Amino acid sequence: MLKEEEKKYTTISIPTPLAEKIKKRIKGTGFTSLSSYVTYVLREIISGEKEDSEEAFTKEDEKKVRERLRALGYLE
Amino acid sequence: MIQPHGGKLINKKIKNKKIDLKNLQKFEINTNTAEDILNIANGVFSPLQGFLCKNDLENVLKEKRLENDIPWTIPILLDFDKNQIKNIKEGDTILLTNNETGVKSLLELEEIYSYDKKKLAQSIFGTDDPKHPGVANIYNMKEKLLAGEITLIDSKPREFDKYNLTPKETRFLFKEKGWKEIVAFQTRNPPHIGHEYVQKTALTFVDGIFINPIIGKKKTGDFTDEVILASYETLIKHYYLKQRAVLSILRTSMKYAGPREAIHHAIMRKNFGCTHFIVGRDHAGVGNYYGPYDAHEIFSEFPDLGIVPVFFRSFYRCIKCGGVVNEKICPHDQQYHINFSGKKIRELLVNGQIPPEDMMRKEVSETILRFKKPFVE
Repeated sequence: MLKEEEKKYTTISIPTPLAEKIKKRIKGTGFTSLSSYVTYVLREIISGEKEDSEEAFTKEDEKKVRERLRALGYLE
Repeated sequence: MIQPHGGKLINKKIKNKKIDLKNLQKFEINTNTAEDILNIANGVFSPLQGFLCKNDLENVLKEKRLENDIPWTIPILLDFDKNQIKNIKEGDTILLTNNETGVKSLLELEEIYSYDKKKLAQSIFGTDDPKHPGVANIYNMKEKLLAGEITLIDSKPREFDKYNLTPKETRFLFKEKGWKEIVAFQTRNPPHIGHEYVQKTALTFVDGIFINPIIGKKKTGDFTDEVILASYETLIKHYYLKQRAVLSILRTSMKYAGPREAIHHAIMRKNFGCTHFIVGRDHAGVGNYYGPYDAHEIFSEFPDLGIVPVFFRSFYRCIKCGGVVNEKICPHDQQYHINFSGKKIRELLVNGQIPPEDMMRKEVSETILRFKKPFVE
């Protein structure tokens, strides 16, 4: 069980003064630990980055979708 | 255009239809599961490519995230009786079929596993009370879960298909309309004036509104799907700018999981290309199982959700203000407030009466009353 938990989390190092500042900042907030705060902030930053997205449409695809949307009255 | 959840819109529809199905073991599934397959195949459930494996399920229950850390709150599961699946094993490919939807889908069976129903119910619904409809559904599930990627081979045309746009189609449509910011509105009822107020308030700040009623299994006494769609058509025709509103259905079952389901609803709308999602009071709630604003608070756990929740608390008509207001903008006492009672509107309609126009648009009421049987019997 412990091994499985270890696989889910990893340790990172941040400067001690920064860690102290964060600890002070999260006092009285919903964050229960330094880790939960850092995880939250990193998730926020990562979500702002665009990932590679496959091109969803070929020309033929586009034609088909446009025709269906026109037929259904969604496009003029 | 907003990125799909997980970064890529999933398409699990078969590319080469010439496939030999003769030697595959075939299993009939229920319509809800078939609709899950359609939603996976069309990208509504992106990034899911199939039914959850055990690691993903445990992570969803504990962390509200898939194993790869992507937010996900409602597990999509495939259950079977152990006797039904005694002749199949992990690594097999099986055929899943459903008569009502015409769904035929391959499942590459990655894992067969057991689960704890009570834990599943408690984690998703915050209760293991069998009176909760979602919990009751879990207690009725079979004892084994099957996991693996699906590939949709076929499905048949169904009622309301003309309103049934896929994420690929809505994304194309929004782009064609030049909409950059789109707010999604989830509903299960015909619109009253309060709904219209919420929708138009949100629409004021974005480019378009995506009205997305959930269609499917209903309780006795609920409005029929036909009535919901016809009433929205009427409202849009008379009271919306046509170029600012899109009506399209979503076929999925309600889980009544309150806060967790609010996140799930937001994720699906993100996949349709929406940037904002309206969350009302007691969203996806039932009975008194959730606090009225639990479904608002849960969003603070997901800084990486990628869709902006638009929270609405209570709204009502204020006699003094002379319009629809909310608690942030109206200074008057409760005695001046008239709540939009769905129950009251329903009672009037059941008796063939038109509700007052300050509750429901006359055109909408008339549309509903044109139906001989507007309610599920």
